[in-house]
Amino acid sequence: MHRYKFVLYRPIQLLPVLFGISVVTFVLVRLIPGDPARVLLGARATPTAIANIRRQYGLDEPMWLQYFYFVKNLLSGEMGKSILYKIDVLKLIITRIEPTLVLVLASVTLSVLIAVPMAALAARNHGRFADHAVRIISTAGIGFPPFWLGLMLIILFSVTLGMFPVSGYGETLGEKIAHLVLPSVTIALSLSTVLTRSLRAAMVEGLRSDVATAARARGMPERVVFWRHVVPNSMVPTINLLAINIGWLIGGTVVIESVFAIPGIGQLLVRAIFSRDYMVVQGVAMMLACATVLINLIADIVTVAADPRVKL
Amino acid sequence: MSVRALAVGRMGWRWRLGRQPALVIGATILTVFVVAALLAPYISPYDPIAQDIEFRLQNPSWAHPFGTDNFGRDVFSRVIWGARIDLQIALLGVIFPFVIGTLVGTVAGFFGGIVDALLMRLIDVILAFPFLVLVLSIIAILGPGLGSFYIAMALVGWVSYARLIRAHVLVLKNSDYAIAAVSLGFSRSRIMFRHLLPNAIAGSVVFSMSDAVLVLLNGAAISYLGLGVQPPIAEWGIMVAEGQPFITTAWWITLFPGLSIVMLAFGFSLFGDALGDALGVKE
Repeated sequence: MHRYKFVLYRPIQLLPVLFGISVVTFVLVRLIPGDPARVLLGARATPTAIANIRRQYGLDEPMWLQYFYFVKNLLSGEMGKSILYKIDVLKLIITRIEPTLVLVLASVTLSVLIAVPMAALAARNHGRFADHAVRIISTAGIGFPPFWLGLMLIILFSVTLGMFPVSGYGETLGEKIAHLVLPSVTIALSLSTVLTRSLRAAMVEGLRSDVATAARARGMPERVVFWRHVVPNSMVPTINLLAINIGWLIGGTVVIESVFAIPGIGQLLVRAIFSRDYMVVQGVAMMLACATVLINLIADIVTVAADPRVKL
Repeated sequence: MSVRALAVGRMGWRWRLGRQPALVIGATILTVFVVAALLAPYISPYDPIAQDIEFRLQNPSWAHPFGTDNFGRDVFSRVIWGARIDLQIALLGVIFPFVIGTLVGTVAGFFGGIVDALLMRLIDVILAFPFLVLVLSIIAILGPGLGSFYIAMALVGWVSYARLIRAHVLVLKNSDYAIAAVSLGFSRSRIMFRHLLPNAIAGSVVFSMSDAVLVLLNGAAISYLGLGVQPPIAEWGIMVAEGQPFITTAWWITLFPGLSIVMLAFGFSLFGDALGDALGVKE
């Protein structure tokens, strides 16, 4: 079990990063010109509310003390109140997590389901037509703006074929799934282009590896060599690649939620920016940064679990 | 020089270009867009912001190859004028991070020590944020607009370049020519910027091409969200947003600006791949 020891000390190593995240979000909001109390509460704040927030965040104290108050509030789950929605930012974020989480999970799953066969097709036909075709498709695919691709899918599947709803989220499970199909496919198509390129390279290398040669020498058919030895070994780089791209994936979700009007965290962020709801901007940015850090930690654990050779 | 290399040399540039379709196609696409952007006032058939309510939401035709939008503006002209803004986004959104990141990375890698350690921690923190989320947060504070976008890109985008350059400088500063330069008593800035940097920069140049694709997509996405370029200026991202309410009836308003982004991005990707091959840089 000593291979998993890093699970215990990695969170401690991550403390400086979490500290940094809190400093960056703190500084961001303090950089806004004007009285911080007015900035955080909006133009129509009552004098009592202003007095309260001054006390709660120590806005009359020196900067370093203000940061101390900020962290103290944060640790007690206090992220301030949204101007627009009039409720606690943390509660607001929690009500918005579900669609975003489902969207991210569905997109990752779909993108792997797209990328593995594409990469397999290319790697098994290395240097031939199929390989070039996959390479050109994935190179061109990287340049497809997800927001535009989403609209094209709406035209094709919602407007022309009438298969899926145009936008929104819905109440029942069935409605929710129907509403999330096109957004997930949009993000998955974008992500799969990046995945395919790297996965193809990993598979081409795997086909030349000693493992593959040894399997062939034992008389194993090429198809079995590929699916039993090459593909499993290319999964570890894929997990790492997904972890590296998680920030990109979350950014894509922010945009796609706005395209399809899905009430998730991304849409919350964009609306908060428009309505100068800085407590929400701050909370969402911090939450998404922490989520990215957490997902990378999980990816490390999965990598160690998947490949006995990896030591962290 | 090998016989093959000599033969290639004799064959001349036509033959060599014929062997590199990615370079030829990529460079051609980029040239077309740059020329279109530069000559926009002369080649666009209509004024990109002139409204003509009588001809609103017209199908593509000979008079309006890409149709007209809900204000009766010619989509083809707007796509051409949009090339100016979107090329500017790709250029400025890459150049500021490139310069800042290269300077920081070179200095950090060369001096090492506490400066390097602190900069690396800062980079870890910036990379912990999802890129677009941090860019959007900065835009939230500075207020919507293209200027805010460039500032946000400069503040966030430099980290990738800094990491790339630093890794190269760390290796190169122990090379024979660097040690020779030190023993000749050259100044540190001369060693950094005349000896190390030119040898370390190839990877960053190649990366800047794939970065241009991402910057273009992010810039267009931010304009699409309404936080970048403001109406009535013609830019592809905002054109897609303006066409969205009409996608059921007037698909051409969204289709053509989006295709332009795809084409320009494809040009950057192909050119970057070819550049990587030519400079011997592996991704």
